[in-house]
Parts: sequence; structure tokens; C-alpha cells
Amino acid sequence: MSDPTGWKNIPIGGLIVESGNSHDYKTGSWRTYRPVLDEEKCINCHQCWIYCPDSSIMIVDEKMTGFDYDHCKGCGICAEVCPPKVAAIKMVLENE
Amino acid sequence: MERVSLTGNDAVGTAMAQINPDVVAAFPITPQTELMHKFAEFYADGKVNTELILVESEHSAMSAVVGSAAAGARSMTATSANGFALMWEIVYIAASLRLPIVMPVVNRALSGPINIHCDHSDTMGGRDSGWVQLFSENTQEVYDNVIMAVKIAEHKDILLPVMATFDGFIISHTQEVVELLSDEEVQKFIGKKEMYYPLLDVKNPVTYGPLDLQDYYFEHKRQQVEAMLKVPAVVDEVAKDYAKLTGRKYDFIEIYGPEDAEISLVALGSTAGTAKDVVDKLNDEGKKVNLVKIRMFRPWPHETIVNALKGKKAIGIMDRSDSFGALGGPVFMEIRSSLMGEIKEDITANYIYGLGGRDISAPEIESVYNDLFEIAETGKVKNRKTYLGVRE
Repeated sequence: MSDPTGWKNIPIGGLIVESGNSHDYKTGSWRTYRPVLDEEKCINCHQCWIYCPDSSIMIVDEKMTGFDYDHCKGCGICAEVCPPKVAAIKMVLENE
Repeated sequence: MERVSLTGNDAVGTAMAQINPDVVAAFPITPQTELMHKFAEFYADGKVNTELILVESEHSAMSAVVGSAAAGARSMTATSANGFALMWEIVYIAASLRLPIVMPVVNRALSGPINIHCDHSDTMGGRDSGWVQLFSENTQEVYDNVIMAVKIAEHKDILLPVMATFDGFIISHTQEVVELLSDEEVQKFIGKKEMYYPLLDVKNPVTYGPLDLQDYYFEHKRQQVEAMLKVPAVVDEVAKDYAKLTGRKYDFIEIYGPEDAEISLVALGSTAGTAKDVVDKLNDEGKKVNLVKIRMFRPWPHETIVNALKGKKAIGIMDRSDSFGALGGPVFMEIRSSLMGEIKEDITANYIYGLGGRDISAPEIESVYNDLFEIAETGKVKNRKTYLGVRE
């Protein structure tokens, strides 16, 4: 059985022949800083959800529940747009 | 079948009109310009349904046909020399995206110093680009090659771009009698284009040209190699079908003169035509020699070449371009590489000739055969590389 990712088994020309597959590409490993949520401070204004460029803010029943760390690249925009009076999101080094 | 007198450019322009591509991108460069003039005449007269895109450079011409071919359109462009050089980046991309583009290339010297006349330095530089390369001796052959190229490129096992080359001015601007197929015959022969993930199929979206990097690039190159390995069988199959239609059968190479001659000269392009006269003359004089004309340069027809040249006592190899600092010209290096282990003695001699359109005459070709007689007699090659026709 040849390797499913071997040259005999993949589409020619470097084509990606299915759509919507960026979900399979885990970009979380790119992070240097990780966003951390303080749920007690969060007022669920959803500014972070609006601005996150990687759709990595997880909302359940209109409540901010945390981050999709498989895809969050650690850009820090969520922490930046979190209202200063609230400051519910902190960026911490990945190794901390 | 209609017999008419046409220049090489007019014949190829006519072939393109008969192919009636969905998209043609055009940019002028000598000596290709008249080819597109001819095609544009058919376009202006409403004889083709083509979307003719007049671009601002050859880089754009190749980019335009890459886009249209990915969209699923039968796409063509044509160029020469520096125009081909300006396409360079996209020439490789066309092959690696596996787009069956067909491009006539009118061979011309690369500048500088500036020169608009024939040599093969343009397309020989593109021999590693992943395109199939068919060289043509005369107007009839390039007309035929361009039509066959469509079927070769679009074959489901291949999906590679094909360039059909012919010599600038010597063929492109010279009138010759050509047998033309009818438009219907050409259309029936090339058939309807089969689709491979066309971008215009919006119900099945696909991505062309994503990042490949260390993960997959090597696998995709390996696939290109595999497609090239399958080209000879397809070229042969297409040539057989074409022969049924026209009576003209093209092989990877053509051996002119007695096959068992012990003296062979290798050439491609229009020089093969001149050399044929010399072969006739020498054989009439009782000197048994032949000519091996190479029609398909990429993929390199290794086994066919070995069968044609093993057992020879002297082989002269004509190169209309040089590879500076290398052992010899591109054809020479391929031939020697093929013959490794097949011949005992080193009996090959390289002749670099005709650079920048310097004329090659029958007496000069005869002088090469005279060198080959000496090599056959002595078993020794005095000059491995000779610059034929250059002033000392």
C-alpha cells in the first residue's frame, strides 16, 4: 500500500481539489504569545470575536468561552480590542 | 487537402485559426510577429471564436494563458527569443500547474549583442522547464506539429504544455508549399477539450497554485517526471492518428539515408533539410552516410537515439546553440549521455554552428562529414568541439 500522501495518490499540479479545508491546517503552533481569558472580568461585548482574523474566539450561547488554540496564531488583536476597563484578555508567553 | 504556398508564420497562424483556441494571448516579437498578424486577420474576419488578448509583455502573455488554461480554456500564445526569456518565470509555472498550453516558438538568438535571426539558444534554455519540445524542419512539419501538439498536451495522461519550434526567418519567413487540412478535419482531429478541474466550474471550487514547500513540492515534481515519461507513447499514438488523416507519419527522430551507414550526423530544425541534400550527394558518390534528425527533444527519446546510433564509427552532432563552459552544446551532451556504455570508443564530435542566423551551407555540412570519415578511419577525434563558420 503506497503512502496516501505519496506522488501517486495526490492531485497533480499542486491543486487542492476540495474547498473549506483551511480548518485542517493547524496554525496554532505559530504562536509565541497565547491569549488567556479571565472569565470573571469578561463582559461578553464580543469585540474580540469581531476582530479575530482567524475565527478563533469561541462563543457558546452568546457567551465568550475561550480560544481555539489549534488555529489561534497569537497575534494579540483580541487583547488589544478588549475594552481597557475590562482587560479580560492577557497575552502570556507560550512557555509560561 | 489543399496545397498552398505559405510562409512558416502564415502556416502556423492558419493552424492556430483552424484549432480555434478559446483564448490566445498575443505580443509581437520578431520573427514571431507575422504569425500573430496572420492569426489576428482570421480573428478580424470573424473566422475564429477566440478571445484574443493583446497583452503588454510576454510575461503577461504567458500569465494570461496560464489563467485561461486553468479556467478550462484551450489556450495558445507564441513567441521568440527574448520574448520567451521574459516569459521564463511563468513558463515553469505553466508546466508545474499541468496546463496544456500550446505555444509555437520561432527560434531566434537571444540577445546580446542584439540579433533577431535564427539559432536555438532560446528554446534550448527552456529544456528543463517541463515543457514538451517538438522541433520542426520545415513549414509542413511545424504546421503538423502545432496541430498534433494540442492533442498531446491535452491527453489525460500528459496535461503538460507543448512548444512547437521552427527556425526564425529560414522557415518563418520563407514560402513553401504546404498541404493544409480543412478546418473541419482539424476540429475533428483535436476533438473537444477534456476538462481537468477547471476554475470556471464554480460548483466544484478548487485551488490552483497554493504553497507547496518542503511538504509536497517534491511529490509534484515527481508527478511531472512521470507525465514526461508517458509523453513518447502519446506522441506516437497522436502521430499514428495524424498519419491516417494526412499520410505524413512523424517519429521521435527521422533517419535519412541508409540506416546501416556507419557515419551519422545529428541535427534538428531547418539544418536537417540542408543536410539531407548532402546525404543524397555523398551516397550518390558511394559514400554511405546518414542523418539523424531529432524531432522530439523533450522528452529526450533515449532508446530511439541509442538504436539509431549504436555501432556507428563516427557521429557528428550539430548544435545551433552553445552551453558556455560546458563540454559541448545541449544536443551533444544529450547524445553522449545516451551513448554512455553503448559505444566503446569516443567517436562523437560537436559542431556549434549558425549562431545568430549565420548561414549554414551544404559545403560546410559536407566538411563535417569529411571530418567524420577521418574519425571513422583513425578512431580518433581531433576536435571534440568545432565552431563551424566562425571567423578566426
